[in-house]
Amino acid sequence: MHTHPLSRLRRTWAATAALIALATASAACGGGTPTGGANDAPKTLTYWASNQGATLEFDKEVLTPELAKFEQQTGIKVKLEVVPWTDLLNRILAATTSGQGPDVLNIGNTWSASLQATGGLVQFDTKTMDAVGGKARFLPSALASAGAPGKDPTAVPLYSLAYGLYYNKKHFADAGIDKPPATWEELIEDGKKLTKGDRHGLAIEGASIPENSHHAFVFGQQYGADFFDAAGKPQFDTPQAVTAVKAYVDLMARDKIAAPGNAEYSANQSLKDFATGKASMLMWQSAATSLANLGMKPDEWGVVPVPLPAQPPPGGKKVTSLVAGINIAIFKSTRNRDGALKFVKFMTSDEEQKTLNKTYKSLPPVLPAQQDPAFSTPDQQTFKQILASSAAPLPMVPQESQFETLVGGALKDLFADAAAGRPITEERVKSKLTAAQQRMGQGG
Amino acid sequence: MTQRTAGTGVRRPDVAMAGGRGGAPKGARPGRPRRRVSGRLRRGVLPYLLLLPALCFELLVHLAPMIVGAVMSLRELTLFFIRDWSGAPWVGLRNYQVAVDFDAPLGRALLQSFLVTVAFTVLAVGLSWLLGTVAAIFMQDRFRGRGTLRAIFLVPYALPVYAAVMTWAFMFQRDTGMVNDLLVDQLHLLDERPFWLIGGNSFWALLTVVVWRSWPFAFLILMAGLQAVPRELYEAAAIDGAGVWRQVRRITLPSLRPINQVLVLVLFLWTFNDFTTPFVLFGKSAPASADLISIHIYQSSFVTWDFGAGSAMSVLLLLFLLVVTAGYLVVTSRRRTADA
Repeated sequence: MHTHPLSRLRRTWAATAALIALATASAACGGGTPTGGANDAPKTLTYWASNQGATLEFDKEVLTPELAKFEQQTGIKVKLEVVPWTDLLNRILAATTSGQGPDVLNIGNTWSASLQATGGLVQFDTKTMDAVGGKARFLPSALASAGAPGKDPTAVPLYSLAYGLYYNKKHFADAGIDKPPATWEELIEDGKKLTKGDRHGLAIEGASIPENSHHAFVFGQQYGADFFDAAGKPQFDTPQAVTAVKAYVDLMARDKIAAPGNAEYSANQSLKDFATGKASMLMWQSAATSLANLGMKPDEWGVVPVPLPAQPPPGGKKVTSLVAGINIAIFKSTRNRDGALKFVKFMTSDEEQKTLNKTYKSLPPVLPAQQDPAFSTPDQQTFKQILASSAAPLPMVPQESQFETLVGGALKDLFADAAAGRPITEERVKSKLTAAQQRMGQGG
Repeated sequence: MTQRTAGTGVRRPDVAMAGGRGGAPKGARPGRPRRRVSGRLRRGVLPYLLLLPALCFELLVHLAPMIVGAVMSLRELTLFFIRDWSGAPWVGLRNYQVAVDFDAPLGRALLQSFLVTVAFTVLAVGLSWLLGTVAAIFMQDRFRGRGTLRAIFLVPYALPVYAAVMTWAFMFQRDTGMVNDLLVDQLHLLDERPFWLIGGNSFWALLTVVVWRSWPFAFLILMAGLQAVPRELYEAAAIDGAGVWRQVRRITLPSLRPINQVLVLVLFLWTFNDFTTPFVLFGKSAPASADLISIHIYQSSFVTWDFGAGSAMSVLLLLFLLVVTAGYLVVTSRRRTADA
């Protein structure tokens, strides 16, 4: 999510114009069934998979045998393309504009409401949902991240992830701390004990827009701040939001348990700092594979839910993570709606859910598949518990991506200030959040 | 370089001429009146026929997207309408009103970004030109190793932008970057390790990278221009007792004036529109001090999915660059004729 290939670096409006030109050239889409999709090409499907493994090639190797299985069962040939995260959203936007897209695709679950608003995806009303096995199969929190509240889901959950607090067991033992922190007060106290010389208590990905916005959301929930009101209107600078954001930035600014250099991290350097012992704690989503790749052994780290304030603030919720994950959706302009539904049903079947989530170290959002012993390791138990009891979906509103960019950007600036030694006052935080909200603009 | 040539169309004034001239066939024998008429007709039409494919492509590649962009700027083209953009409501000039309402947050942010871009462009073009000129003048005389040095100077211009800027991004990292290692650990010029990619210093980091990338181009063009200055002029000046500085001022710079006219304009347009460098260096959300207008417009359209507003800002940018270009050409040409 952090590097950007050349293909995206076109002149803004020229590229947009090209998309639009495509759209006018192919106005012959639409029609089909009431919820979208036609059935005049029943023998093939195109599938855009998101990049879940270390490389695109790895994903291809994982998915190809599964697709062959599907072809054997149904006679439908699936053409696979693994799309990198840096391209996926723009590719979906282009496909929405032109109507020339895949039949089935993966989406980041936080995009659900935005993509739902474009009207480009098939809605999973009760009948459609029943065709893939019914609502009851899915983890409720994961399904809540598949569309705007009060509307039918626009996708179904495929892989689930959550944030947890990773800690270095040896560092904790050496510092004489016998258990991982459960409250922020404990985390700060432990962090101060662990911060010595080049080592810091906590690693923070301070310049990463998505990470910042995710943490702002979780802190916000804990301090009783909702970044959107019930009507979906942005309210970034409420007193609760100011307190919440300040509490996060203060880990570096006031408590100094994170290194100032963290303020410019946006390419997973904090993950590396944790793996190499430069930091003792890290808040991350399903980091096991990455940590192992960086040379850490699984018994060297532990993972627990992200802390909560010791005294619950008024209106605060017991939320320690957003419901992170990947959803699978059907494009409205598909010419094989029935086949696409069969494929979604196949991908969310118990068998496939076990195989794929095991490989990707994520959790199955499909309840029967969660029973598999592979998802009962201590790490996975923790994440299962977080997803079941203390995870909330990011605001499911069409402006979600703007929220991420603007609030994530405001935090990036605040971390830059903190790193430069400027005091982080409530006024400063509020003015940043107010500026972010003002830039939400007129559109949606 | 592909993204430098694609784009607004302002950058490639030469494309319209690329079709070449038809040229009348020479030595056509005068025949009977009827044949002469058809021959004349052919001579009149043929050049245009030959130009036609180029013209069509020019329209398709440059003008069509511009017009579509302008049309988009008049609509409320948000994510609710991208699937069927003909359904997006017409809003007249509202997108423009929002963009230029400098009392409101969006307009103020755009103005701020515009001012940063102007300051940045003036500095970057000035420095690139200065470095290019100095280097070209020093490279004018033959000496051992001149060819090698010239080649080395051109390396930044020859490297792929993306890879080169990524490398700079690594070098500018606070804790592990080479820049701080040099400034703080080796030379002890600074006590504290400064940040280069966040906060106020990012302006200077961006300036460094852009000047590093564009001065070789100035050098290349000026070096070519200097080849055309007759050596006798310098010899005559030297005999008359003119020093190096006087020679540069009285011979070199005046001879380079027509080249400088084009060079400065091209550098200005490239720098003002540069997207790749700040995007690779800072990502989607550039620090306020380095929030160049192209990144700002990208954010206002692709990141927030408000393509109408983004188009309006782009059209404004296009108009601004057109006005500056036209004004610049009028002023510099007039001065040239006055001097002549």
